[in-house]
Amino acid sequence: MDFVPSFALVAPELLLIGAGLVLLLVAAWGGDKAARGIAIAAAAALFGAGLMLVPGLHVGVDGPATLAFGGLIKVDSFALFAKALIYLAAIGALIVAPAFFNSAAAGTERVMRAEYPVLILFATVGMSIMVSANDFMSLYLGLELNSLSAYVLAAILRRDTRSGEAGLKYFVLGALASGILLYGMSLLYGFTGGTAFTAVRAGLTGEMGTGALFGVIFVLSGLAFKISAVPFHMWTPDVYEGAPTPVTAFFATAPKVAAVALTARVAFEVFGGQVQAWQQIVMFTALASIIFGALGAIGQENLKRLLAYSSINNIGFILLGLAVANADGASAMLVYLFIYVAMSLGSFVALLMLRDDEGALFETFADIRGLSVTRPAIAWALLLFMFSLAGIPPLLGFYSKFVVFQATVEAGLIAFGAIAIAASVIGAFYYIKFVKVMFFDEPAGVVTGKSGAGHWALLGLTALIISPLGYLLTPSLTDLADKAAASLFLAV
Amino acid sequence: MEGLPILSLMMLVPLVGAAACLFAGANAARWIALGATLVTFALGIVLWSNYVIGGPQWQFTEKAELFAGFSYALGIDGIALLLIMLSVFLMPVCILASWDSIEKRVGEYMAAFLFMEVLMIGTFAAQDLFLFYVFFEAGLIPMYLIIGVWGGDNRIYASYKFFLYTLLGSVLMLIAMFWMVAEAGTSDIPTLMQYDFPPEAQTWLWLAFFASFAVKVPMWPLHTWLPDAHVQAPTAGSVILAGVLLKLGGYGFIRFSLPMFPEASAEFAWLVFALSMIAVVYTSLVALVQADMKKLIAYSSVAHMAIVTVGLFAFNVQGLEGAMIIMLSHGLVSGALFLCVGVIYDRLHTREIARYGGLAINMPYYALFFLLFTMASIGLPGTSGFVGEFLALAGIYQTSSLVALVSTTGIILGAAYMLYLYRRVAFGGQTNEDAAAMPDISAREWVMMAPIAAAVLWMGVYPESFLAPMRADIAVLDARLAAAAPASDAQLAPGTPRAEAANALSHQGAGHEGMDHAGGNSDSAKEGAH
Repeated sequence: MDFVPSFALVAPELLLIGAGLVLLLVAAWGGDKAARGIAIAAAAALFGAGLMLVPGLHVGVDGPATLAFGGLIKVDSFALFAKALIYLAAIGALIVAPAFFNSAAAGTERVMRAEYPVLILFATVGMSIMVSANDFMSLYLGLELNSLSAYVLAAILRRDTRSGEAGLKYFVLGALASGILLYGMSLLYGFTGGTAFTAVRAGLTGEMGTGALFGVIFVLSGLAFKISAVPFHMWTPDVYEGAPTPVTAFFATAPKVAAVALTARVAFEVFGGQVQAWQQIVMFTALASIIFGALGAIGQENLKRLLAYSSINNIGFILLGLAVANADGASAMLVYLFIYVAMSLGSFVALLMLRDDEGALFETFADIRGLSVTRPAIAWALLLFMFSLAGIPPLLGFYSKFVVFQATVEAGLIAFGAIAIAASVIGAFYYIKFVKVMFFDEPAGVVTGKSGAGHWALLGLTALIISPLGYLLTPSLTDLADKAAASLFLAV
Repeated sequence: MEGLPILSLMMLVPLVGAAACLFAGANAARWIALGATLVTFALGIVLWSNYVIGGPQWQFTEKAELFAGFSYALGIDGIALLLIMLSVFLMPVCILASWDSIEKRVGEYMAAFLFMEVLMIGTFAAQDLFLFYVFFEAGLIPMYLIIGVWGGDNRIYASYKFFLYTLLGSVLMLIAMFWMVAEAGTSDIPTLMQYDFPPEAQTWLWLAFFASFAVKVPMWPLHTWLPDAHVQAPTAGSVILAGVLLKLGGYGFIRFSLPMFPEASAEFAWLVFALSMIAVVYTSLVALVQADMKKLIAYSSVAHMAIVTVGLFAFNVQGLEGAMIIMLSHGLVSGALFLCVGVIYDRLHTREIARYGGLAINMPYYALFFLLFTMASIGLPGTSGFVGEFLALAGIYQTSSLVALVSTTGIILGAAYMLYLYRRVAFGGQTNEDAAAMPDISAREWVMMAPIAAAVLWMGVYPESFLAPMRADIAVLDARLAAAAPASDAQLAPGTPRAEAANALSHQGAGHEGMDHAGGNSDSAKEGAH
């Protein structure tokens, strides 16, 4: 078997694995002093891997030429789109990390551990494999590589009890979810006789038996946990609150993209012949995520918990695109993912920039009172992010809801869309509360410290993307998303 | 003027001004804002003078495919032209009204107002359904900030209520828009205005649009956000809210609900009439007992806008023209009334009616302006209010005499609460020393009031200037509605005319069968004449 084409297809992953292994050795010998250099090298490796995706993204690739290693891996436009987003989000998580870990915000350690960038790299490789998986085996490999790295990342502040608690909770619940997923996969294997996506799909034609249906439901439940969709969302606020903020920013973006992309691929490529079996489940999950995410956020005082519920809420809208179960819906979902990553990353960067003189982060609403007076630039950026998350035009967050709801209505799911959009108003309540605290309340009188150029650049870039100018991106974004979605439906 | 994208330019000027204000100091921001709004107003005059009456329906059109999913398409007809003129006319006044009264965060305040102006022009000029929605909905952000940051004591509650009410109303409209675009295959508003949606679908679409516009107008019982928002907003915020934002609802009915869903509009006319009749009587009575001046004027706005909705759903030319003129007139008059409240609020920092009295003695010019606007609000002939209300009520009388009867009580009740307000504020003895010591209006306040007063009188004496640009568009709309217009109770079925006077002696040729046709109808009368 000639492996050269296969290796060429997974070149970005090879680059990242190579970089990860080398940097791991550097970390082992260089210690935490080398952490900053390792972070820069890791970001460069991610950027390089991202550049490799550009030609394929531009042209649009699908068909048999994208299969690697005998069909274990499929590097089509859909995978490329998801990978590009994941790499960008991972770079963001690397840029904001050093300032956080080197300050009082990181508890008593006050030093960035050299393992952090390496773990981010490994997690990213795992996600890359997840989104290009074409077989339940490679899917599970990628998922576990990502998850195991993520458990460690959540607990990376070893002397911080909240971080430890977050890591433990994430691990226990994540392991449970992996178990559920594995059980579903084994059921599917038993009833269809294969683990390759094509084989399972072929085995699921016609009338589906109860066993196979259980398999489908277990697989979807395990994936719902990974994307923190209601009713498998309970871990999210705790983990988001406890994990160090750069890690939370990472969790809220890259793994979400990977898990959503994976769910979409499984739903369309594996269960594509049995849409009736899963469409209602996804519709319910989408609506429940929108409503419970919004309701849960209302009472929150902690900003990270609030953003955790906000991400649950957003997952609901993304699943709306999945529930439509056609190429338009999938394309809308990808557009939403892109805008969601920009909004979440921007919000977390803004939170990371709010610190007192000691470097300790602001975590509650009480801390950011009157921010528009003390730190106007950050307050205005946060205002943009919050209105964008609420889906108020002319910010780009509106466009993400626009495409999703348009796909929903065009597919004839009008009542479903109407309920979901009415529920989105509940979400607006806590987003505008954010604005109210920053703009309407009197300043809390806390001195706020300085932020580095990397933070400002990231904040400026994300704010620019979600500002009305971002609408100028929509034609090319839609073009890319359409190509990616089309490659997903090629098998159908 | 061919080729100059004047509508885009009118939006660009305030946008640039808004960006500049954000970074400018307090005083510089005031001048930048005034300059930007005046330039925009000047462009508005250029727009009006270049608008060809009797020319193509859509003029100054621009189109660019900048976005995926919808296009950047602008263009105006006479209706939009007049509402744009109203917006750009009121904006410099708003800036002047905030000149001294806003002291904190002036740059951000002015930026919010200028941004608001961009969005208002965009809403009226948008020719793409989704572009309209973007502008329509985006207005929430600056208005939320204006109420919340610079408002009164209870501003937070008011800003939340304003935001959530209007948002909930609009999102359902968005779903309806998606359906329409999927059905018609285009988001171009002029095309959609001629598109015949299936009648059963129209019902749902109409209701979804109604949810949004009824909140904006506002119609009873969805009006409760308005008094809160008005009372808590700063003076200029109230002016723009009453002057232009409420008109978005009426504009929505005239641009979307009526031409796009004529059958459903006819089907639901009873609903609009019922809600409007309740609003006219109920909110007028509520206005009568208010102790807070702004609240009183806010409730009076609800009553006036109810006559607008009644006129719109009269399905005839008079009703539509009357509704448009009331919208323009109410924009000027209620804006001016809020300015009048603002003038004395700036001096005494209270809106309580009982704290004032006898202002005609120490503020004669103020009392004069206040009187003019009070009379215009009541609808005194010679002022703009009369023209609009007369036309609207004449229009509705052709459709339903009952609705006309109830709506007309609004004029009487309007006179009651406005005159009562005026008597308590301007006439009588000077009961409070501090109120008696207030100086008359300053030069700046003259500059704010005089142009509005002139416009009110102009519209009252020579309304043709304002009717002419929209006449053709109203006629097109009326033709579109003609097929669906509901049966009216006030029009008699035309019979065959009599050939002779009713009291003529008709039995000259007596003798044959005349007695059998005892009914004495015109046929037999004719026969008799032979």
